[in-house]
Amino acid sequence: MSGKVICANRLRDGIVVYLAAGNEWSEWISRSEIARDDVTAEVLLAKARRAEADRIVIDPYLIDVTEIDGEVCPVRYRERIRASGPSVRPDLSKQNRVPGVSGEGA
Amino acid sequence: MALIRNRELAQDDWVYLEDDTPVPAEGGVIVSRARWQAERDVLAGRNAPIGVRLAPGDGPEVVAADAGRLDLVAIPFDHFKDGRGYSTARLLRQRHGFTGELRAVGNVLRDQLAFLERCGFDSFEYAGATDPAAALRAFDEISVVYQTAVDRRATAAARRNHPSQAFANGTSG
Amino acid sequence: MYLYDEIDQSLVDERVVQFRDQVRRRMSGELSEDEFKPLRLMNGVYLQLHAYMLRVAIPYGTLSSEQLRKLAWIARKYDRGYGHFTTRQNLQFNWPALENLPDILAELASVQMHALQTSGNCIRNVTADQYAGVAADEVVDPRIHAEIIRQWSTLHPEFSFLPRKFKIAVTGASADRAAVKVHDIGLVAKRNPAGELGFEVIVGGGQGRTPMVGPTIREFLPERHLLSYLEAVLRVYNQLGRRDNMYKARIKIQVHETGVAAFTEMVEREWEAIRDSAVDLPAGERERIAAYFIAPRYAPPGDAVATHTRHLAEDAAFARWVETNVAPHRAAGYAIANISLKPIGGVPGDATAEQMEAVAALADRFSRSEIRVTHEQNLVLPHVRQDDLYAVWQTLRAYDLHTPNLGLISDIIACPGLDYCALANARSIPLAQQISERFADLDRQHAIGELKVKISGCINACGHHHVGHIGILGVDRKGEEYYQITLGGSGAEDASLGEIIGPAFASDRVVDAIETLVEAYLGVRTDGERFLDTYRRVGADPFKEALYGAH
Repeated sequence: MSGKVICANRLRDGIVVYLAAGNEWSEWISRSEIARDDVTAEVLLAKARRAEADRIVIDPYLIDVTEIDGEVCPVRYRERIRASGPSVRPDLSKQNRVPGVSGEGA
Repeated sequence: MALIRNRELAQDDWVYLEDDTPVPAEGGVIVSRARWQAERDVLAGRNAPIGVRLAPGDGPEVVAADAGRLDLVAIPFDHFKDGRGYSTARLLRQRHGFTGELRAVGNVLRDQLAFLERCGFDSFEYAGATDPAAALRAFDEISVVYQTAVDRRATAAARRNHPSQAFANGTSG
Repeated sequence: MYLYDEIDQSLVDERVVQFRDQVRRRMSGELSEDEFKPLRLMNGVYLQLHAYMLRVAIPYGTLSSEQLRKLAWIARKYDRGYGHFTTRQNLQFNWPALENLPDILAELASVQMHALQTSGNCIRNVTADQYAGVAADEVVDPRIHAEIIRQWSTLHPEFSFLPRKFKIAVTGASADRAAVKVHDIGLVAKRNPAGELGFEVIVGGGQGRTPMVGPTIREFLPERHLLSYLEAVLRVYNQLGRRDNMYKARIKIQVHETGVAAFTEMVEREWEAIRDSAVDLPAGERERIAAYFIAPRYAPPGDAVATHTRHLAEDAAFARWVETNVAPHRAAGYAIANISLKPIGGVPGDATAEQMEAVAALADRFSRSEIRVTHEQNLVLPHVRQDDLYAVWQTLRAYDLHTPNLGLISDIIACPGLDYCALANARSIPLAQQISERFADLDRQHAIGELKVKISGCINACGHHHVGHIGILGVDRKGEEYYQITLGGSGAEDASLGEIIGPAFASDRVVDAIETLVEAYLGVRTDGERFLDTYRRVGADPFKEALYGAH
């Protein structure tokens, strides 16, 4: 299934985050809230803009994603790299970092 | 919009005159560069201060010949990225001998003030959203200058090589 | 090397205080991101693909061991344990938090470093020959003038909002290791027939979207007029450079559109008006700065050469490293040791905190505590006694810093590309790694000889692909990474721009294509010919035929 999620950078440390349920921002795209239609996408974007005004994130925007075997995967390879970390440093990749252990668990 | 003049908040005693507004007999007026060029003799013949607001991209040559007749030149900074006005100001001051009020207008922000002043501006229409009094601190944030400019601040080189001349010549050129 | 006095120190200290206040204003909401962005950029802080990035200035590529150790410390405490040396002799940290950046800048200031003007439309960090002061073919140590330019350009009140960024490179040698012909201004120190020092002034070179080899606008500028002449060039550019289109805003476009002769006349006329003014340095200041760059006293070589010769005979791997990575030094018994940051399969230009500390320790023991950074993303120990080279090499080997590949096909320049950069269209680093691995066999690399491969992940050309003997440009073609190959570029004294050889290749075909090109070269080269020489002699056809002929 395809849809859209919001990504942004967190203001205080610049780390890439995704808008998750409950107005939380998560470092893991797997936690993101997926918009299945344009109306929902606009609602998510409006939430993100409020978070931008509240100085939680900067530069929020919508990206296209697909779900493959339950995994949320961005369509564009730029966004895939953004979601998982530098492809040349698997030791730093987000998949290798355990949620709740490093950074914010949300 | 607040006016900063000589590093202090000031009352603006000048008015901008639209191109089709009749010229009042008294009071300082700032006209567009186009109107100045069209009505120069009438405007200069008034017994009151006269200023010209340059258009974006106007170089100093536009008013160089009138430098002695003008009391104020306003140079626009419509976007902080457009830095042409810094050169225009320096040349008006250093090459064309303009000694009147040199005013930065448009979108003038706090973090430009120190650079603008070094290039010869002495007044600023400050566009920042925050407390203009706080912006005055921007003039003093960096005490070291490496280049000669219009201001008479002693450069680092001058301080090192002639420490007794705290205010060595910084205005020639 | 240059040391700050209390005046220089005040500036960087005050700048930290100023930036701390700017960050505070951003976090508290007094400044919007739009207002904050130009301020953070002027302090070297970008927002990249994954996080903020800090670009630290390493003026003219000279570092002390103390400074390098501080960079390692910052990498460990505030980043993820590594840094990236760039083609502009700078160092980038990829993961600093905004809330820590004022502290990081304060740490840098404590060792006389800063991130001033490593971004923005201003005069950027000035670069120079990495062999400055130790090269045998040098007229003058170009760091004297690079430092003079660094100071003059720092917070220049008139030139901090130029049409576009502005890069100046200086060399004092006949071999051009600073790529002066592809900079906004390139300066080549020379002496006139009367023996006086001066500069050839090259203006309007550059890479990016519209690459150009810069023309010389003045054959000889007397040294004392350096700053007034630069000021004249910058003033003409600031007033008349294009501001309507950011892709046409570099000075090279102005020079090209105005015409070299007309542009030169404008500069000369402006310079006539200011040449004897206070713009140039007062008496004594040039000498004060030059005194920091007086060549050290080198101990008599003694039996250094004999010992070194014995080491060479005893250890073939060491001998190979010396042959490739060690350059002649002006002092008898000494050598310039290049440290490759291009291990086979590694990330070009990256160094871990441990590697930085190891190099700093080597510099303390063997190179008068001094290190250089090259625009080809390697490091240099500039003052090594020949009989110490063996110990240096042994330590480098323990840190995987000993790859004997300087100037060879695996000594690849690569920009960070889409693995880190928000502007990139394609990745650069994985391609560099694959090429390096394909040609991992050092015998093969040495047989191929000098071959400069340079990879950029977008048209901005941070990876210098236009001046690669083989240049590779990453492009996005309908959501796929493709790579365009250019041949015949050079960033050296024989500067030239590479020519596109044909249609771009998909990412899984590029390494094969490079190998095909190399084989084609080996098939037609004559004795002693570099890849570039062969290309210039035979032209593109044999290479096109090899790449595309079968189709």
